Amino acid sequence: MAIGREHDLHRRRFGRNLGLGLVLVGFAAIIFGLTVVKVSNGGMIEGYDHQPRASLLPGTEEN
Amino acid sequence: MSDLTAHDTPRDAGFGDFVVLLKPRVMSLVVFTAFVGLMVAPVSVHPLVAFVSILFIALGGGASGALNMWYDADIDAVMRRTKSRPVPAGRVTPGEALGLGLALSGISVMMLGLAANWFAAAFLAFTIFFYVAIYTMWLKRLTPQNIVIGGAAGAFPPMIGWAVATGGVGLEAVLMFALIFMWTPPHFWALALFMKDDYSNAGVPMLTVTHGRRATRNHVFVYTLLLAPVALALAATPIGGPVYLAAALVLNARFVLGAWRIRARDEAQAEADNYRAEKAFFRFSLSYLFLHFGALLADAALRGLGWGIW
Repeated sequence: MAIGREHDLHRRRFGRNLGLGLVLVGFAAIIFGLTVVKVSNGGMIEGYDHQPRASLLPGTEEN
Repeated sequence: MSDLTAHDTPRDAGFGDFVVLLKPRVMSLVVFTAFVGLMVAPVSVHPLVAFVSILFIALGGGASGALNMWYDADIDAVMRRTKSRPVPAGRVTPGEALGLGLALSGISVMMLGLAANWFAAAFLAFTIFFYVAIYTMWLKRLTPQNIVIGGAAGAFPPMIGWAVATGGVGLEAVLMFALIFMWTPPHFWALALFMKDDYSNAGVPMLTVTHGRRATRNHVFVYTLLLAPVALALAATPIGGPVYLAAALVLNARFVLGAWRIRARDEAQAEADNYRAEKAFFRFSLSYLFLHFGALLADAALRGLGWGIW
């Protein structure tokens, strides 16, 4: 005995789930796009972990 | 009360009901004015950053719309214009509206901060707070100046757009704010004149209810007179231009004339022709704002092409 599921309520729920799913996919796309833009512009990024920060190094003495 | 509608609208809301909670028509105004604020600013923004910023400014505006519908469900159920909104119609529970509003507020502010800058994000957070706490919860039900104060919330988006580009505030941004701020009262009071009993039934102290319709007509005229110099002042700033100046001259002359007609009439005359002058003024007020900001955009485009005159 299959469970009958053709009710307006199910259609509404499907519409809601589909809408939310599309919103989430869009959100992920936005985060990805922003990441690409921020990294490729690169102005504000300093390699804190893997390289010495030039701005914090003691000045080398000049002779 | 919602039993009446419970039979033909099952309690499970569709996706569209949640979209309606965000007040898409108000959102379109937010999107447009924020976009103009961002485009006329003297700092250029990466197109994707601009797009994402405006998207989340709009979402923040939508969040405050949902919070407004959560808090005002009792008023909305009484007024003809609003009683089919999702919460008073029973399709969305007040708790769901509150949850959606709070979640979207947080998301939009954080995302605007990450995409653009934290000054713009703080500005958006303040706008949501102002609309929901200061306007909706506090002053809307307290004072006939509610429209004047609530107008400030709707006037912030071009300043936020400007802040996305520049990271701060400028004279031009303040004047764009002042334009919408001064425009809101005549716009809504004209609506209140021909929406008649809606607001008094709901117990909202609109000017028409507290001070009468004669006083409202005078107020529309005075605010329109005060609006004109603000609109013209923008033409003298660096974001103004020949298109804006021409548009502002024509639009303000027409707007003042329309307000004068409203002032010169009494209720008997208005009833006789079914509020024709008031309805015409209200309709024109929408194009008034749209065309001012459109003209700013046109002048920005001219400057971009190197055809700017000042």
